[in-house]
Amino acid sequence: MPVLTTIECPVCWGGVNVSADVMLSELLDCGDCGAELEVTALSPALQLAEAPMSAEDWGE
Amino acid sequence: MTRVSILGGSGYGGGELLRILLSHPHVTVSQVTSRGLAGKSVGRAHPNLRGHTGLKFSDPGDLQPCDLLFLAMPHGKASGSWDDLEPLAERFIDLSADFRLDDAESYARFYGTHPRPDVNSTFTYGLAEVNRDAIRGASRVATGGCNATVSILALLPFFEQGLVHLDRTVIDVKVGSSEGGADPNEGSHHPVRSGTVRPYRPTGHRHTAEIEMILGRHGAARVHLSVTAIEMVRGAAALAHIFLKETLTERDIWGILRARYDDEPFVRIVSERTGVYRFPEPKLLAGTNYCDIGFELDANSERLVVVAAIDNLVKGSAGQAVQAMNLMMGWDETAGLGFPGLHPI
Repeated sequence: MPVLTTIECPVCWGGVNVSADVMLSELLDCGDCGAELEVTALSPALQLAEAPMSAEDWGE
Repeated sequence: MTRVSILGGSGYGGGELLRILLSHPHVTVSQVTSRGLAGKSVGRAHPNLRGHTGLKFSDPGDLQPCDLLFLAMPHGKASGSWDDLEPLAERFIDLSADFRLDDAESYARFYGTHPRPDVNSTFTYGLAEVNRDAIRGASRVATGGCNATVSILALLPFFEQGLVHLDRTVIDVKVGSSEGGADPNEGSHHPVRSGTVRPYRPTGHRHTAEIEMILGRHGAARVHLSVTAIEMVRGAAALAHIFLKETLTERDIWGILRARYDDEPFVRIVSERTGVYRFPEPKLLAGTNYCDIGFELDANSERLVVVAAIDNLVKGSAGQAVQAMNLMMGWDETAGLGFPGLHPI
């Protein structure tokens, strides 16, 4: 799959590769911090946002 | 092939060294010594190596010259017998604390008067991430201590950048039972050791001197180290609390860690938003030469919590020694150290 661009992860500011055929609302993973990212806009610029997470209970 | 031998090969560090060296592409293990197990198969002490090698332990008195001699003896033995060891090899790597500290005063504070300060000054500190160029030109290397290694790698980027209040760093290291060595003692007896959370050195741990030696290159660093033994066989996990002199963002911290470690083959930044293993976890590193480092900024203060983990017997000892050997010999730094670990474990 051809890489369209590398866009900054909004969580760790690492590079996230996004393919040319990415779709709105598609979920991607950041290879550096593991964040699940949602494609929130395709134009005028591709945008990613951290996808909602279910809360974890760590006994706190 | 380069001929290497291990003096003191029946302990856990020596066993890990042997395991790694047996698969190394550039060396042949000539001899492994053990006074108590001379003549026995190395599998007697290291059952994971049964059938993997035909080597038998040699008596230390029968050690023959080789190209590089690893010294994996208890602290004090290498320095105490140096005159007998020196003719045996052109290159040495010592895994004990004998030649780690370049400051006689620090050594005396934790270990007593150094028996051979003249020899001590000929050794180079062996943690590649802080001393790579010096190791490349060295013929004698002393590897770092396990708790010191994990602490130094956690803290180094922030001390190098001058971002830290130099006297306010607290390091809490949790360690596994293998740090206690292969010889049993009252504290390692199963009913005593099992399930324990034992603060065995809340203050005054020997590795404090080593951490301050390396971080002290970047200012008058003082660290406050506590070490707790927990229910774990392998591993050292550091939780370091540092207090920043200026306000930094998560983005800044990511940038600092990436700038320092992106080119390091055995340091990984592990600070994830989701999943079970969000921070470095020592059990995933068992048998590997990795040091994983993560962090979290305290939203309510200038405290930065840095989390780091290693296998104390590999990155904290034998793997670090092999990495140093690779540098000394001009080989690929990662040779023999490619094991990625196990999951689940």
